Amino acid sequence: MKKYMSFFRMRFQMGLQYRTAAIAGMTTQFAWGLMEIMVFRAFYAADPAAFPMTFEATASYIWLQQAFLAIFAAWLLEPEIFDCIVSGNVAYELCRPVHIYDMWFARSMASRLSRVALRCFPILFVALLLPKPYGISTPSSAAQFAVFLITLVLSFLVSVAFYMWIYVLTFYTISPMGLRIMVASVVEFLSGGGVPLPFFPEKVQRVLEFLPFASMQNVPLRVYSGSMSQMQTQQAVALQLLWLIVLVALGRTMCDRALRRVSVQGG
Amino acid sequence: MNGTGRVKDMLHLYVHYVSLNVRSAMQHKASFFLQITGQLLTSCTTFLGIYFMFLRFHIVAGYTYSDVLLCFSVVLMQFSLAEMFARGFDTFSGMVRRGEFDRILVRPRGEVLQVLGSKFELTRIGRLLQAVIVFVYGVFAARVHWTALRVLTLVSMLLGGILLFSGLFLVYAAFCFFTLEGLEFMNVFTDGGREYGKYPIDVYGKRMQQFATFIIPYTLVQYYPLQILIGRSDNWVYALYPMGALVFLAACYAFWRFGVRHYTSSGS
Amino acid sequence: MIVMENICKTYRVQRRSAGIKEACRSLFCRDYEYIHALDNVSFTIHDGEMIGYMGPNGAGKSSTIKILSGILVPDSGKCEIDGLTPWKNRVAHVSRIGVVFGQRSQLWWDIPVIDSFELLRDIYAVPEKRYRENLEELTELLQLSELLKTPTRQLSLGQRMRCEIAAALVHSPSLLFLDEPTIGLDAVSKLAVRDFIRRQNSEHGTTVILTTHDMQDIAAIARRVILIGKGRILLDGTLDDIRREGGADDLEKAAAGLYRKLEIS
Repeated sequence: MKKYMSFFRMRFQMGLQYRTAAIAGMTTQFAWGLMEIMVFRAFYAADPAAFPMTFEATASYIWLQQAFLAIFAAWLLEPEIFDCIVSGNVAYELCRPVHIYDMWFARSMASRLSRVALRCFPILFVALLLPKPYGISTPSSAAQFAVFLITLVLSFLVSVAFYMWIYVLTFYTISPMGLRIMVASVVEFLSGGGVPLPFFPEKVQRVLEFLPFASMQNVPLRVYSGSMSQMQTQQAVALQLLWLIVLVALGRTMCDRALRRVSVQGG
Repeated sequence: MNGTGRVKDMLHLYVHYVSLNVRSAMQHKASFFLQITGQLLTSCTTFLGIYFMFLRFHIVAGYTYSDVLLCFSVVLMQFSLAEMFARGFDTFSGMVRRGEFDRILVRPRGEVLQVLGSKFELTRIGRLLQAVIVFVYGVFAARVHWTALRVLTLVSMLLGGILLFSGLFLVYAAFCFFTLEGLEFMNVFTDGGREYGKYPIDVYGKRMQQFATFIIPYTLVQYYPLQILIGRSDNWVYALYPMGALVFLAACYAFWRFGVRHYTSSGS
Repeated sequence: MIVMENICKTYRVQRRSAGIKEACRSLFCRDYEYIHALDNVSFTIHDGEMIGYMGPNGAGKSSTIKILSGILVPDSGKCEIDGLTPWKNRVAHVSRIGVVFGQRSQLWWDIPVIDSFELLRDIYAVPEKRYRENLEELTELLQLSELLKTPTRQLSLGQRMRCEIAAALVHSPSLLFLDEPTIGLDAVSKLAVRDFIRRQNSEHGTTVILTTHDMQDIAAIARRVILIGKGRILLDGTLDDIRREGGADDLEKAAAGLYRKLEIS
């Protein structure tokens, strides 16, 4: 465990060094959030009755999404890992006394966390200051906030576990670039990165809620804005746990199998 | 060499660059087609997003579903064409990082031409294809009646849009001379211009419309000429608005020159 | 003729230290230090000379080359190459120079080498007739005939370097910069490259400026050696001067001895 911690620390420190990048990233996320909210304002003006949740809840959803973007974003993959697989250098990694899947998992977690650590607070802070209905609302109770944090951590883990699949699949594809673009855009959309899931047609939504996509970012955002009943929340947490276990277990097995292939073929 | 001779020579060189790019891409056909598919899918999700929103709402800021489709598809065409030609600027940070810009400086040709030539991204055809399909669908859904003015407007929008987005890529590249870290912010204007340009800009309110007219003139290639396309206006002057992007491009070029000068004096 | 007079160049670099605490601190304030990459550098190089430009890492070699090739503008000083100031008359100047960066390729990775050459012909606007002649000569001397049809990615390092050198000479430059041209090459390729460069110099009178850490390269190619350390020219003479000052017959040892003596490594 200690060695994974040091991988984590190394990557986390690296992430912290980029101050300008963090400021730029924050401003970017803030601008995206603002634009998103303006779109919804226009739709709200057109037909408030068609909104699946209150406008305040929508604004909160969007701000949280922007603040914690680095936790879920599909495009934040590690280029070094792809290079390592494509160039065949992964064979050298096999010489180290660590499990590659775990190492990459720690690495992905660290780089995502270091990004979020720098960016989320200023975004949330400014969003809190924005005038009502455009800003983020405070959670209704401490208990609700606690549940939000739990689901946030779970969705972080599910996301990382899901994106680990992209690395593993890279072993089997001729075009990691094509694979990345495709998977990233589909996952981004299905997990509510483009249009928030509550705005999807109901039938589509019901299907997506059972797939890992909703577990990746929709759940904590909705828990925070209080648009989920207790029943629904319990069910969602259970699903998050289930997907986490399934994704990690399968991903690890697939990774081992791919690595065995590499060592047989010699890269 | 005289003026026309020089332009011809530059064009010839650019075509040479393009042909090498295409031939390089064709060396990895599977990857090439997968990337095209990826591009197609990416913009498909944006389209689905609009579709889902309009299943719930039937109108936004006075625009119907088909109006928005026309707007979205034209902007997507502008963007994917600009990206196809000016991808060298979009990936310029890598070029600076790898020291390849030094190579460009030791060759007796303009920097812009060489950077443009270094990358002609044919895979953006995927996005373009998606845009054309949505456009055709939008044209039928909106029952656009084609007049000479409307055709002219469309051509002008495409041209102006390519110039505008190319200018933004140029600014992005020029920032690479100063920092390789804070570049993410430029995405607000490039990718953001595409993503948020899917709705006519007045949807975002008056202030945004002013910003998008006087700071970065998106409205010139989108909102104003669009009024002609969707039959809200017959004012032919709007069809010429996209040419304002030329002024914007000139400003971007000045900034690029400034960046090059900074690069050659800091050497990093 | 190359004339460098009192060229100075200073860089500002950021200091970074280890540890989470330091990383957090550097979020808010940063330390800079100033490095005098070139400190009053002056020399004159005549047409047809072959110069070995040597010095330890970070001595200012690449800054000098960048200035001479028009990539970098110095803070002060004068530099004229055949009457032109590189950074002021960039286009006119660079059409007369050839540059080989040993670590970076100018060939297109996925397509046959000849295609890259033809692009270079268009970039440098080489007349067709002269291009044919140059290509023929380079093909013969560097034994490229088979390689030209091969995509760059399939070439060995030695084969690729031969192609890189040819690519830098397609437009028959009168001044050639070579940066680590034999790095990573096997013995046969090294000898071939050195041999070719000598020949290029004797037959075409090309001025050659070679920067490298490989003393064998310098011994084989350079007739004059300029040693730079911490931004200053410390020695400008022959190989024998290096041997004498460094106190060893073996060039490698002499260079090491010299670096230690001058405290520049």
